[in-house]
Amino acid sequence: MATCSIEDVLAKAEKDEAEKLKSITVIKEQDLEFDPGNMLAFDKNPPDIRQFREKKKDDFLRSLARDNAQLLINEMWKLPTERVAEAIVAKLPEPTTRLPREKPAPKPRAPTKWEEFAKLKGIQNKKKTNLVWDDVHKEWKRRWGYKRAKDDTKEWLIEVPETADPNEDQFAKRNKAKTERVAKNELNRLRNIARSQKIKVPGVGLAPTAQQSKSELGKAMHVAKMSTASVGKFQDRLPKEKAPRNTGKRRKFQPLIGDFSTEKQRQLDILNIMDSKKPRLDINKAANKQMREEDMESRKKTGPGKKGQKGRKGKFSGKKSKAPKLAPKGANSRKLNKQKGKR
Amino acid sequence: MPQRDGVVKPKTKRSKRFLQNRGSKLKENIKNAMIMKGGNTSETVTQALKDIYALKKPNAVMYKKKNITRPFEDQTSLEFFSKKSDCSLFLFGSHNKKRPNNLIFGRMFDFHVLDMIELGIEKFASLKEIKKSTCPEGTKPLLVFAGEAFDTDNEHKRLRSILTDFFRGPIVPSVRLAGLEHLLHFTALEGKIYMRSYKVLLKKSGCRTPRIELEEMGPSFDFTLRRTHLASDDLYKTAHRQPKALKIKKKKNVSHDAFGTKLGRLHMQKQNLAKLQTRKMKGLRKRKGATVEAVEETSPKITKTDE
Repeated sequence: MATCSIEDVLAKAEKDEAEKLKSITVIKEQDLEFDPGNMLAFDKNPPDIRQFREKKKDDFLRSLARDNAQLLINEMWKLPTERVAEAIVAKLPEPTTRLPREKPAPKPRAPTKWEEFAKLKGIQNKKKTNLVWDDVHKEWKRRWGYKRAKDDTKEWLIEVPETADPNEDQFAKRNKAKTERVAKNELNRLRNIARSQKIKVPGVGLAPTAQQSKSELGKAMHVAKMSTASVGKFQDRLPKEKAPRNTGKRRKFQPLIGDFSTEKQRQLDILNIMDSKKPRLDINKAANKQMREEDMESRKKTGPGKKGQKGRKGKFSGKKSKAPKLAPKGANSRKLNKQKGKR
Repeated sequence: MPQRDGVVKPKTKRSKRFLQNRGSKLKENIKNAMIMKGGNTSETVTQALKDIYALKKPNAVMYKKKNITRPFEDQTSLEFFSKKSDCSLFLFGSHNKKRPNNLIFGRMFDFHVLDMIELGIEKFASLKEIKKSTCPEGTKPLLVFAGEAFDTDNEHKRLRSILTDFFRGPIVPSVRLAGLEHLLHFTALEGKIYMRSYKVLLKKSGCRTPRIELEEMGPSFDFTLRRTHLASDDLYKTAHRQPKALKIKKKKNVSHDAFGTKLGRLHMQKQNLAKLQTRKMKGLRKRKGATVEAVEETSPKITKTDE
């Protein structure tokens, strides 16, 4: 009897369990897709259209929603829980549905000119202590900022240097220097930003200075001359004025230590040129040379008569006519050499 | 604005923080929505906008004045507003003879329109009309999509993505289970999209998981799909691109088996057993003539291998 009762009890318990589960189970043809991180469910099953038409529309939609919501809630209740301040909290996993970002991912800041230079030279930042000993106050003070040590803005007396103008205000001079440093810093900051965005940066040109040196004056004059509508094309030169040197382009040198493969290639190219028996042919140059020679010859034929008319002595005319024939040859060959060197 | 890329330096710490919050981030802010009216709106559209604003509330901006723009023709003003209020989701409502009761759901990427979908309201019941029950403001809703159209049709797929983006609310690490009381259900059926919002009632079921009962809550819509503007695949892909820093790096030599046990693989060098420290005893103590013994010890080994 006892065994029988136990079986009964077990069966009953099983039945109860099944009934309990019945209220929360929903049977679907295809399983739903869940994303608990977004509390999102997606039911791929096509809704029953026949029922939709027969039943009241809203009732059908509600029953569909109830079933789907039950499944989603079942899924949510499976998540690991925690007790936080008398509330049961489920930990949500990372969302799996990929949604577009709002803004593109942040880019690393482009290095400033100084940072690039420091990297090239291997200069590393040295950490400085925040506090330094101030001898005047006999106290540890900040290196920078408010109440800093050796604060030169707080001095009530400044010694006038021997070379300086005695009527000059040294305090104002210091202040002005400071504002100028700040302005320069700001300018450099903007230039760095422009450089990082690949905007063409205008050259500094001529910065105003108190006392212009000779070279600065020359530069200023040159800039002024170039600042016409025709970029200085029609500006006359003073009788003894020299043409400005090294304006515009700067000479650039290859780095001393750098890419060895390109350097090797360059040397090999030169060797190749030197080694080859055939001379290199620059068509423009060759054509020019040819034309000039033809010119010369034609002049030679007609020339002596003309020159004679001008009243030169016959003795020298022969010599003169010979010399120009040789000279251009030499000049040409020199030019060719120059080109080789450049490349 | 942050778009100028730091040319104008912020003057105070506060404005600096503000700009930093608006700039691009690894882990992004919650997407804000701007809700605006077109040149003409009907009463339904106005009410619909208000109701959706009520659902979205802490993360939404309501533009109350008319904005005479047509997003499908000219998006510049939308982009301007998005920049101004830092919103990347928008909802635009309008009403005219050709397209009565029109709603445009859309989203932005990098302050340019990524995709937008136009929906016509066929039937609308507002929050006020169904007065039975309400939900506290800012509740994160349960979202359910039903219907195979959301899986097969390209435009429906994109609509699902937009609606998820629009209504999902903040991404949270954990959620109070008793507080799951709002359900948004989208059904695609016979070319229409039914959006219903329900209040969830958790009933006792006898086991741990509760039984669900639903109570209708506003707003509810019957939508038809109208015009769409979908992003090109290329742009869509770039918008989805995850920054490298966010990707989880795979740990070397660590694996998990089916039961969730953590397994590690170690690489060890061969141990020299000859130098193994055994129990120290007086009798085994090293003596001065230890080297001779060592030679003797090796000899029996060789004989073993011979056998």
